[in-house]
Amino acid sequence: MANLRDGLEKKTLTTLVSSKAIGRIDKWIDKYPLEQKKSAVMAALRIAQEENQGYLTTELMNAVAQYLGMPNIAVYEVATFYSMYEHKPIGKYQICVCNSISCMLNESEELFHYLQERLGVKPGEVTQDGRFSIKEVECLGACTGAPMVMIGKEYYENLTHEKMDKILESLN
Amino acid sequence: MSDSTTITIEIDGKSIQVKPGTMLMDIADDNDIFIPRFCYHKKLSVAANCRMCLVEVEKAPKPLPACATPVADGMKVFTKSPLAIAAQKATMEFLLINHPLDCPICDQGGECELQDVAMGYGGDVSQYDEGKRVVNDKDIGPLIETEMTRCIHCTRCVRFGIEIAGLQELGATGRGENMRIGTYIESALESEMSGNVIDLCPVGALTAKPSRYTARAWELTHHDSIAPHDCVGSNIHVHTFRGLANRVVPKNNESINECWLSDRDRFSYQGLLSNHRLRDPMIKVDGEWQETDWNTALEKVRDTIADTKENSGSDQMGFLVSPSATLEEMLLLKKLANGLDVSNIDHRLRQVDFSHQNQQPKFMSLGLPIEALDTIDAMLLVGSNPGKEQPIIAHRLRKAAKNGAEISLINHRDYSLSMPLHCQLTESYTGLVSLLAEVAQSLPGFNATSLPQEAKALFDKAEPGEDSRRIADSLNNKKISAVVIGNQAINSPCYSLIEVFARALAEQTDSTFGYLTEGANSTGACFAGIAPNRKLGGEIEDRSANTTTMLSEPRNLYILHNVEPEYDFADPVVAVETMIKSDCVVCLTPFISDDMKIYADILLPIAPFVETSGSYINIQGKIQSFKGNTPVENTQARPAWKIMRVLGNLLHIDGFEQLSSADVLQEFESELSAIKADNQANITEVCVLDSVDSKLLRSSQVNMYRVDNITRRATALQKTPAGQEDAVHINSNTAAKYNLNNASRVRVKQNSTAVGMPLKIDNSVADNSVWIAAATNVTKKLGPMFGVIELEVD
Ligand code: SF4
Ligand code: FES
Ligand code: FES
Repeated sequence: MANLRDGLEKKTLTTLVSSKAIGRIDKWIDKYPLEQKKSAVMAALRIAQEENQGYLTTELMNAVAQYLGMPNIAVYEVATFYSMYEHKPIGKYQICVCNSISCMLNESEELFHYLQERLGVKPGEVTQDGRFSIKEVECLGACTGAPMVMIGKEYYENLTHEKMDKILESLN
Repeated sequence: MSDSTTITIEIDGKSIQVKPGTMLMDIADDNDIFIPRFCYHKKLSVAANCRMCLVEVEKAPKPLPACATPVADGMKVFTKSPLAIAAQKATMEFLLINHPLDCPICDQGGECELQDVAMGYGGDVSQYDEGKRVVNDKDIGPLIETEMTRCIHCTRCVRFGIEIAGLQELGATGRGENMRIGTYIESALESEMSGNVIDLCPVGALTAKPSRYTARAWELTHHDSIAPHDCVGSNIHVHTFRGLANRVVPKNNESINECWLSDRDRFSYQGLLSNHRLRDPMIKVDGEWQETDWNTALEKVRDTIADTKENSGSDQMGFLVSPSATLEEMLLLKKLANGLDVSNIDHRLRQVDFSHQNQQPKFMSLGLPIEALDTIDAMLLVGSNPGKEQPIIAHRLRKAAKNGAEISLINHRDYSLSMPLHCQLTESYTGLVSLLAEVAQSLPGFNATSLPQEAKALFDKAEPGEDSRRIADSLNNKKISAVVIGNQAINSPCYSLIEVFARALAEQTDSTFGYLTEGANSTGACFAGIAPNRKLGGEIEDRSANTTTMLSEPRNLYILHNVEPEYDFADPVVAVETMIKSDCVVCLTPFISDDMKIYADILLPIAPFVETSGSYINIQGKIQSFKGNTPVENTQARPAWKIMRVLGNLLHIDGFEQLSSADVLQEFESELSAIKADNQANITEVCVLDSVDSKLLRSSQVNMYRVDNITRRATALQKTPAGQEDAVHINSNTAAKYNLNNASRVRVKQNSTAVGMPLKIDNSVADNSVWIAAATNVTKKLGPMFGVIELEVD
């Protein structure tokens, strides 16, 4: 049986991300004792993801594993556990819609459907122009402003469909 | 009464003295109190994720998991109170929510922990009528079948990889409802111990692929045996179905293999079912093979032997014996040889340097019990890759390394033993001796006066580096230390020099010296005198004959016992040529092959492992006997010891009256019980190093799944990544030097042989070294395991 791992392990992190990114990852590594550098895995994955238009590939995860001296599978475990890591291409603007209790009571479900209709994409898909993708996420701690979404690192709160339209336009 | 080191607790009304800090589960198990469990395993860390072991503890507000609850003084535990039972039943119900109801087609059915526990704690009607989770299966190689919908996420298999195999290949990806156990990226498991997850998995998610859908657990008959592929002698249960071996599982033996088994020992049984099995005795008449009956065949063998002795002399006969033959077979063969006045008998088939053979110890052994490896503080392994050669030894060393032991390797190639290593040095096979000289040189106060001349010269030249110093320090400073030489050291053209240095290092650092040998019974072969310089009983005589001399001038008659010359010798090409040149070759063999049809003249079908009874002496000097089971149907194969007994009688040699294999041993009972595995020896005779400066040198290891005739026919093992290993490995320096950077295939030339092979740039190989596995279908056409080699673009 062909071993898919063989072809993939080749590239090192330094060839896959910028030296600036390596510098940022090294800063995280420095925060932990040397023998526990794998503690930097979450930061390393986040930075690697930023360098790759917002999503991770197996190649990147393997490179992170090698860089931190971890088994590949241990990195996959982390990267698939947390919802902030993406494994498929996302839009330039990824709209994360909160689905938890406060937002739900304030009609986040309708908002979610509205966004799907308006943009013509389902969760996990990217609009044809590559600009938008949508995703359901758990409580983002902005319950007082329910319903809310996060786009990039910005929070948008107390949303209505009209408000959402305006936001999308402003991003245009 | 409790003293300061024990406390008293009560389980189900029974008062028990325990050590503080012990987990409740362990105490319950020790006291035969049953608590249901899935994720708990005595050899793995506590995960406490299945919650099946919930019990009631007085004053605790909620039920507690017994596997993760340390005892406290005065604790009162109830494992069967209404609260405990309710908690266990509720957990069971949750576990069954997503578990499929496919027991009727599940291989685990009948020996399933989930099934068993569900019998006791499951409801008969499910309250759950929503959709169940379905998980796609991943192909994780030819040994293990996956049915991941059945997985209950106990993570035993994951913890096994991290904690025991030292190689995490399975993991839990995703979260919550979407959590999956698997490799994430489809790939075959590479650990040489991977099959153990089959035993560990409490459900039918991971089952044995080769025996899938072939039999139900309750249809199998259970036989105890000893694994025949390495010098560890793992204890096994062979499960047979209608007389045929259907699978092999470990038999617990804390002092040898614990509850583990290497994949080779687990799946090699498939070789027994090969369609290469020799069914009837066969003789070659005028170049044509004919089946015949036992009488004709044995009389023919007798006549040939008598004839050769009479007309050409005993020296024209040679016995070549597998190092995995049973002790009984070896003893009778030696008697036969003695009766015929034949001294040409050997089991050291892949050895080439015999310079010090007359000074070696009576029995070659590890020098310490296998179990003692767990607690060793430092070890230097030379010419050894136990991960592939003796996986259980590697597992023991891994345990030691985890507890801080300093394990160092000196080899022809970096071997990953899936454990933290103290130091790893590599060199070509001649350079390896210099590395040892460097370690000796860095040892403060090393006394070189007792070294033989050749070794002394190397010692004087040595310029130790930092790493040699670290190895020397580690052997010197650590309390319990050992220097062990392995299969590749023994097969090296520099064996005697390696042994001299290894012994000197051991002696002068107060370390134990030991060997790891080929086959299952090399120590038994010493005892039985299966070497020209050894008497029955192991005593050494001064003789220079050996396997090489036996092959260099072809003899008239060869008796091959369980040996395939095309794979089992250091130089397969020379071995086969010699057989072809000889007048008559008699093979006692369970298998027939195309090669054999060319060089052999008489074939006698013998019953292999599982089908014959016998004993092995393992590397710690322990004799382990096993019974035989029914031979496969439609075969005339007979236990080899019986064939030898008949031959002995036909040739009118005394001492062949045994009625059972046990009778054979009986005769040597007192000698056997006196076996001392102390490895005492004083070596002064060593080889002379050929000048091979600036030449490319081949070094080699026998492919782990091609070590003997049974393993080579085990189909699933052959399909694993390790079984497929068939490439030329050189490092990038060597590649650059010989302009091979962009080559994907090379033509390999050794002596008069040449073959084309794929090339792998692999920086684990030493400079100027070419690493090629031995005993494969390609390398059987290539020269010796170690030697000068040339590469050119193919
Ligand atoms: S595959 Fe088996 S051993 Fe592994 S987590 Fe699932 S149930 Fe447990
Ligand atoms: S529930 Fe939406 S932000 Fe908390
Ligand atoms: S056995 Fe205790 S929680 Fe699984």
